[in-house]
Amino acid sequence: MTLIGDVARWFADPAHWQGSHGIPVRVLEHIELSGLAVAVAILIAAPIALYFGHVGRGGFIAINVANIGRALPSLALLAFALPISFALGLGLGFWPTLFALIPLAIPPILTNMFVAIREVDRDVVDAARGMGFKESQILRSVEIPLGLPLMLDGMRTASVNVVATATLGAIVAGGALGRFIVDGLALQEYDQLVAGALLVALLAIVTEVAFAALTRASAPPGMSVSR
Amino acid sequence: MKRGRTILAALFAAAMVATACGGAGTGGSGATTTARPAVIIGSTNFYEQITLGELYAQILEANGYKVTRKFNLGNREIVEPAIESGQIDLDAEYLATLLAFIDKDGKVAKPTTDPKETQAGLQKALDPKGLTVLDFAAATDQNGFVVTKDTASSKNLKKISDLAPYAKDMILGGPPECPSPQRPFCLTGLKNVYGLTFKDFKPLDAGGPLTVAALEGKQIDVGLLFTSDPSIVAKNFVLLDDDKHLQLADNIAPVVRKDLVSKDDGTLKRLLNSISAKLTQAELNDMNKQVAVDKKDNKDVAAAWLKKQGLIK
Repeated sequence: MTLIGDVARWFADPAHWQGSHGIPVRVLEHIELSGLAVAVAILIAAPIALYFGHVGRGGFIAINVANIGRALPSLALLAFALPISFALGLGLGFWPTLFALIPLAIPPILTNMFVAIREVDRDVVDAARGMGFKESQILRSVEIPLGLPLMLDGMRTASVNVVATATLGAIVAGGALGRFIVDGLALQEYDQLVAGALLVALLAIVTEVAFAALTRASAPPGMSVSR
Repeated sequence: MKRGRTILAALFAAAMVATACGGAGTGGSGATTTARPAVIIGSTNFYEQITLGELYAQILEANGYKVTRKFNLGNREIVEPAIESGQIDLDAEYLATLLAFIDKDGKVAKPTTDPKETQAGLQKALDPKGLTVLDFAAATDQNGFVVTKDTASSKNLKKISDLAPYAKDMILGGPPECPSPQRPFCLTGLKNVYGLTFKDFKPLDAGGPLTVAALEGKQIDVGLLFTSDPSIVAKNFVLLDDDKHLQLADNIAPVVRKDLVSKDDGTLKRLLNSISAKLTQAELNDMNKQVAVDKKDNKDVAAAWLKKQGLIK
């Protein structure tokens, strides 16, 4: 039980809230890293998912290829990304971690986007086509708005995974919240380690709640999102 | 490295069989074997140790000793009991680390930053085990602080105390445990012994690829590496001299069984000491670089060095 007290004292220490190693900086680094990883994953997944979802063919091949990203352990990806990052002159920390996180984020985003487009009521799509909508208009004005809640659901899953996994970056000298965990272990300062783990868990929960709210808000009028 | 290890394991197995069959080993290079005792040399599973083992083996072979190599045995937890029990007769050791290993609570002697003192303490601890430590080399394998050649020449840095005017603007990189107050040989020691306070500390790894990469990429200014790290030569880094003796004396020295020394006429001691006399840090690091970076064979590297030093023909 002393550990709980130690952790509370660790959080109460003003020194841990200041400077380049302080909690606010580490939280921002974590958000920056996770946010960029998810953003890049969306940029990669979206064109593929939207195209295959719209034409309605071949999507499952794309999904299965993307799912390899789920099967690869992030730690192995990180080890793989490190020499590549050196070769490109990007150094340690941020970039290799980002490379390792992107394949983790792609599968849920790709799968959900594909299914979201696919699952839009075919009668609605046919009606739009009958009214003279072009294919791009159908995608933009019908399929995407109606599929948005499901798409955001995929981004939520990806983001929570990425926030939890971004801690690995500390192993390759990155910043972010993993720093508290890795340094806590190295220094045998278990209060720091537990505090770091709590901060990561908290950030993951905040991400989850924020996306849930966003999903509800994104539902077009007349469509209910069960959550 | 992996394949080399398998080959060495095979050699080791062959050596075991050979000795089991009555010691019909492969002799020296035809020199007269006038009652030269047979020597079994061991080493831990680390390339520097195998090179050192080769140095000892080849100088002895050139002088008519029958040498059996039992290299790559494992860590010190395996090799130290092996020499105590007589499964090997000789190995290369590191003064302070070996003393701390065999005298864990420091009852006999504690390692210090002075190699002579540490050697004397180590001998005291080795006496009851029937072992003796011979002359130590200038070369060490201990914590070292390293800068790039650019940094060294622009700021004229040669020793750690030269960092004094610059440290406040420099970033130090090392293992994450470096800032711990329980680690007197890292950040705490730099502050207490040298009065150095760095602008920042970047947690990396224990003398590994991250520290090398961070130094090269200028993400840190000063890095903690081991003093015999081959990347110091390979990457043109400058190892700063520990002029105020912060680090414990981990100089390299041969450790021999006393029963072997007593069977010998003193030649063995003289030969091994002649290696230690010439083995400077730069010489060791160059050999390590040839093995670890240029992927040369330990045997060839050792032979070339002994010839260059005029120790064998």
